[in-house]
Amino acid sequence: MIDTKHIGRQLPSTTFEVEKGRLRFFAKATGETRPEYIDEAAAKAAGYRSLPVPPTFLMGADLDAGIMFTLLDELGVPIGNILHGEQSFTYLAQVCAGDVLKVDSRIADIYQKKGGALEFIVKDSVITDQNGVKVIEARSIIVARNPKEKAA
Amino acid sequence: MSVPTFDQIKVGDELPALKLPRITRTTLALFAGASGDHNPVHIDLDFAKSAGMPDVFAHGMLPMAYLGRFLTNWAPQTQLRHYAVRFSAITPIGAKLTCGGKVVEKLERNGEQVVKLEIGVVDDKGELKLSGDALVALK
Repeated sequence: MIDTKHIGRQLPSTTFEVEKGRLRFFAKATGETRPEYIDEAAAKAAGYRSLPVPPTFLMGADLDAGIMFTLLDELGVPIGNILHGEQSFTYLAQVCAGDVLKVDSRIADIYQKKGGALEFIVKDSVITDQNGVKVIEARSIIVARNPKEKAA
Repeated sequence: MSVPTFDQIKVGDELPALKLPRITRTTLALFAGASGDHNPVHIDLDFAKSAGMPDVFAHGMLPMAYLGRFLTNWAPQTQLRHYAVRFSAITPIGAKLTCGGKVVEKLERNGEQVVKLEIGVVDDKGELKLSGDALVALK
């Protein structure tokens, strides 16, 4: 069982620089073909400062730093047992290539269902840009499957 | 893209569906790299089996990214205010996904005209993979 003492815990801040190449790779991986997501001139013509960051891209901003996987390891949750339960984003400003973002995350809650067969880790993140402006708030709920407790 | 306006839109209006090509192992390998989610359960069959899964399966964030494309196809991303989903089923290799949604409410929020959308992703057997809602500001 995951120790609920971790509720409220602040995770290490991480910095994420939004690179054009990574955004084009993300566009390819998600089948995005519209020019404003791939071609900087088209993005500027559409009114963006540079290539826009698509709505779900910043889920990866702290994955790159390994924050979540390091935490799961520390909580004793095998990485093969996790599923994504819920995800939300609130957009306060448009983020574009070239922005340097700071991600601050905390464990908002830990709870279980089905007699401990499923455990839930709720992580809240605030993403701030290089000017100190809050640009995105995100919530991730990760579900850990516990096959042993299910059988018991 | 012709941008919808608040006055044009009615509660119950359906958004144009987005149909995706079949999910392949290549899709998942590319998404692992691009998204930064390198969990081997999505890209390494041996690892997936050792974790008790019959095969690798898609990252939840992949259909959520498709559904994001569906939203930004409808209205420019600068008008998207909130986007939330709950994942309800695993997306296996071979799945053929379709994104859809409709307008469920018109409201004022923070001095803006906003529509609330109910949105979701289903496979070709009609199984719901994820569902949620979005708030989009319209002029």
